[in-house]
Amino acid sequence: MSSVLVILETRQGELRPSCLEAVGAARVIADAKGCAVVALAPESANLDAAVIGAAGADQLMVATAEVHSADAAAATAARVAREISANTVLLTATVRGRDITPRIAALLDTGFAPDCTAVDANTMVFTRPICGGKAFSNVRINGDVVVASLRPNFFNAAGREHTAEASEVPSEAAKAQVIEVAAQSGERPDVAEASIVISGGRGMGSPDNWHLLEKVADVIPATGLGASRAIVDSGWRPHSEQVGQTGKTVSPELYIAVGISGAIQHLAGMSSSKVIVAINKDADAPIFKHATYGIVGDALEILPELAAELEK
Amino acid sequence: MEIFSFVKRVPSTTANVEIKDQQLDTSGCEFEINPYDRFAVEEGLRQKEAAGGGTVTAVSFGDDASQKELRTTLAMGADAALLLKNDAADSADAATTAKVIAAAIGERSFDLLLFGKQSVGHDQHGVGAGVATRLGIPCITEVISLDISAGQVTAQRGVEGAVETITASLPCAITCQKGLNEPRLASLKGIMAAKKKPLESVDVEMPALALIVESTQPPAARPAGRIVNNAAELVDALRNEAKVL
Repeated sequence: MSSVLVILETRQGELRPSCLEAVGAARVIADAKGCAVVALAPESANLDAAVIGAAGADQLMVATAEVHSADAAAATAARVAREISANTVLLTATVRGRDITPRIAALLDTGFAPDCTAVDANTMVFTRPICGGKAFSNVRINGDVVVASLRPNFFNAAGREHTAEASEVPSEAAKAQVIEVAAQSGERPDVAEASIVISGGRGMGSPDNWHLLEKVADVIPATGLGASRAIVDSGWRPHSEQVGQTGKTVSPELYIAVGISGAIQHLAGMSSSKVIVAINKDADAPIFKHATYGIVGDALEILPELAAELEK
Repeated sequence: MEIFSFVKRVPSTTANVEIKDQQLDTSGCEFEINPYDRFAVEEGLRQKEAAGGGTVTAVSFGDDASQKELRTTLAMGADAALLLKNDAADSADAATTAKVIAAAIGERSFDLLLFGKQSVGHDQHGVGAGVATRLGIPCITEVISLDISAGQVTAQRGVEGAVETITASLPCAITCQKGLNEPRLASLKGIMAAKKKPLESVDVEMPALALIVESTQPPAARPAGRIVNNAAELVDALRNEAKVL
């Protein structure tokens, strides 16, 4: 009896919620194949079998390692994949997920489909962005086991009533190890994970005006703060906030581009957002061609009005 | 310190993407060194200097056209270049590329393998970790700071909402993220010197591809948007029409 194996992501013992979407995708594939879903946490973690079961898993395996090691996580995952005769291994396309995915594929001597945004569970053809989202390819794995990582915000947890059957499995030995995790200051979510993102570009005028963006981000809960490449290259904002082809790719429910003209590298990183708002002085800026809603005007005047309206 | 820095010839990030017969058509594109690979070359030069000696060899899996990008790395300061030549290299997915590179590099002696964290274009984020896994050495990905002393590697990388510090021992593979260093430009003197540096070309076999591209299409067209007059209209539309607030 084969299974779909899904790798959970935990950090310092706590579940990263985005991986529940991969559990849901695993459920859809397993139902098409008539097989079970096994969720594996490669490190010891405080997990609720009811939450993992509700997302779509039949079994929950938690490994014994105390700290994160990508090579150990991959070796543990590959061993479990062989033990349960996995036909498919799914991960989340986060920094850690992207790190582990190619290692599992190498250990299983198969291919992998990275950063997928859709899958046809019957044909196992995955859709994935290439060239930073300027095009999408339909791909399939040429190998015995299918390995794929899934972009956050494109798949859904199953949302059912089920408690996964929990067990503990041994971890493999580590080569490289995480010795410290320093959380970035502030309550704001990372731009790659936020369900709402507000980004600033040259039209913000100066780094001193960023408090206007932050004010809007403060009045909408769980909003991440982003920036265009020009802003990051000028040193106004850190690279961790850069949205675009050489920064982060985002696909939030709502993306607000403020004073961003819409260079092709930027559009590549955010054009799969569900709703896009553009605020720009230049009515001919390319960003407006991609926007759901646009306001033509000075960002520095509109942002305080926007914050006031949102507070109402 | 023996260092290999891996570079790939990719379509420029400023290029528009053309699709012909449901396949990517890069025939009209300008090409350049993958931007993340520049960090790998620069870091190789810095680590060699910090170690007080050694060699930096730039390696590319590509066709003959990739010699241009390898010459650029020699002009930046790499000591030697190695082309793993196959005319179909650009069709190779990351898992297949890792297999080819691991087989070719595994026969040589090295302390440090440096990769870009991804190639722009295929965007697969997988060659560095795949090579390291096949060679059985540690790998740290998306590195923004790297310190090597007495064979011990300490690196930092950004994950969503946090910075991780990771340790490993040499030999080790690193994939480089923006922020690790500021890559130097080739000087005129460097360009002249590059002409005399060795560029070795070795034919490599292409195994069966591990990832098959069935078709490629442009992104789904977005429905036409509309201009609203002010912040009040915008918030009303977001709340009552798009229902995202």
